[in-house]
Amino acid sequence: MARFITRLHERAPSAAHAAPIFGAADGGQKQKPKGGGDESAEARGGDGKKLAKKGEELKEEMDELMDEIDNVLEENAEEFVKNYVQRGGQ
Amino acid sequence: MAIPKVMGTEIEYGIIVKNDPDFDPISSCVLLVNAYREDPAGKILWDYDQENPLADARGFQVDGEKYTPNQQENIARNKTLINGARYYVDHAHPEYSCPEVTNARDLVVHEKAGERIVEISRREANSLLPAGAQMLLHKNNSDRKGNSYGSHENYLMDRRTSFKQIVEHLMPFFVTRQVYTGAGKVGSENRGRACDYQLSQRADFFETEVALDTMVKRPIINTRDEPHADREKYRRLHVIVGDSNMSEYTIYLRNVVTSLILSMIEDGAVSRGLSLRDPVRAIKDVSQDPTCRVEIALESGRKLSAVEIQAEYLDMALTYAARHDLDEVSQDVLARWQHTIEVLRRDPMELDREVDWVIKKRMIEGYMERKGLGGDWEHPQVRMLDLQYHDTRPDKGLYFMLERKGNVERICSDEEIQAAITAPPEDTRAYFRGECLRRYPGEVFGVNWDSISFGVSDEPIKRIMMAEPLKGTKRLVKALLDGSSNAGELVKNLRA
Repeated sequence: MARFITRLHERAPSAAHAAPIFGAADGGQKQKPKGGGDESAEARGGDGKKLAKKGEELKEEMDELMDEIDNVLEENAEEFVKNYVQRGGQ
Repeated sequence: MAIPKVMGTEIEYGIIVKNDPDFDPISSCVLLVNAYREDPAGKILWDYDQENPLADARGFQVDGEKYTPNQQENIARNKTLINGARYYVDHAHPEYSCPEVTNARDLVVHEKAGERIVEISRREANSLLPAGAQMLLHKNNSDRKGNSYGSHENYLMDRRTSFKQIVEHLMPFFVTRQVYTGAGKVGSENRGRACDYQLSQRADFFETEVALDTMVKRPIINTRDEPHADREKYRRLHVIVGDSNMSEYTIYLRNVVTSLILSMIEDGAVSRGLSLRDPVRAIKDVSQDPTCRVEIALESGRKLSAVEIQAEYLDMALTYAARHDLDEVSQDVLARWQHTIEVLRRDPMELDREVDWVIKKRMIEGYMERKGLGGDWEHPQVRMLDLQYHDTRPDKGLYFMLERKGNVERICSDEEIQAAITAPPEDTRAYFRGECLRRYPGEVFGVNWDSISFGVSDEPIKRIMMAEPLKGTKRLVKALLDGSSNAGELVKNLRA
């Protein structure tokens, strides 16, 4: 999960309004944030306090995301999932 | 030389009405489709005369009754839209078939516009339901109880390429592309082997290699031979093996790589023997392995993982690209595909901004950790997350929530998607279709992909054939349409 949190935090700016031909067309050249929070902190020399602070921030973001899911998730999940029946299609 | 890959998708949505003990999917679909009102709106028939779903690409005609509804039912079930799409009731599901486009980027824009159109009509339909009842739609492919519905891709191909060649070179590609096209699913169904999570929504439902059926005993390669175009020149490859994708990146990669492979098959550039010993078993084995490392047996005796088989296709594509002057979009594709293969080799979970099955898996695992669900993949909330990822409501659908928060890669902008709700692609015959519907709604009598007919005053119905998907473009017909203030004039001007 740590890496996901890092990626949330370090995510690239939204490509929603990027160039009209390719949009988010950075393809294979894209530089992705690598590894988890520990690794990137180590690469910068491993400042313990900084790391702890960053960890807190990331946890907050993750908490926020999960809270938001909780807010929108169907309340009566068990009932809903049980009653979700479709007819076969193509 | 390969022909241009005109393409489109047909998406069947899951439909349910909450708090309605008398819920009937077919009447709900009719309500939904008719709740979408375009201005101007006409009473337009879908022209079933032009359909032939029982022709088999292997060269025969299958016995069976062709579905032809009466006029009233026809109008109630079919809407042809001013953006060139068909929005209709297919059996017990609402279906959106996007207009023909010339490239995968436009396809993303138009498939996404379709999501918004069904959502607009869902909201309208809801206002007509009894208090407390609520219609919900899901862009998914199964109810987790053994019932599946499709997401089909269509690609224009050269008739001169034999169907046998297509089958041989495409089968290993279709079995393995799910490592980056799967929409992800919790558990298994349809007598599939038990698992926590799998890559594909549809893999459980493929029971045979090649066949005409789409509703029972589904084949990995479908043989429907209904080109909706000049059948002397073209095939329409009808691909039923895919999932309904939410991620723009996944949709883009799926269509762009598939169309490249089809061009390569037409040009004889898929030469390596990658035939699989048991494709039906392999498609399930690959789907059930989120590490993407399981090896599948080739007829040659070799054993390769799905990622390695994809890497073989990529390698052939790079050679092909070096020999052909590929356009910018195709170059972009190769770079993205190569990147995806590299990441899949390292750790598939790194694709948690790009590939649907990974995005969803990451979200579910995060939630389980937070809630202390201890890896209980059968927990109702886990099942609900799996379902709600595909919910079409922008405020409740979990994919849209992740998109809003910037957690997924985008390919196009909201403005482009919004515009495609009412504007057809300009570089295919969809332009002519959409513009005729916008300009002369009261005079259009019937529509099919390759024809449009007009009822002009007391004269007999005039049907105009559109056998060339790359004609009827803005460049070719705008002046003609501008010079025709009604359909009668248009028909006259066409004869002139």
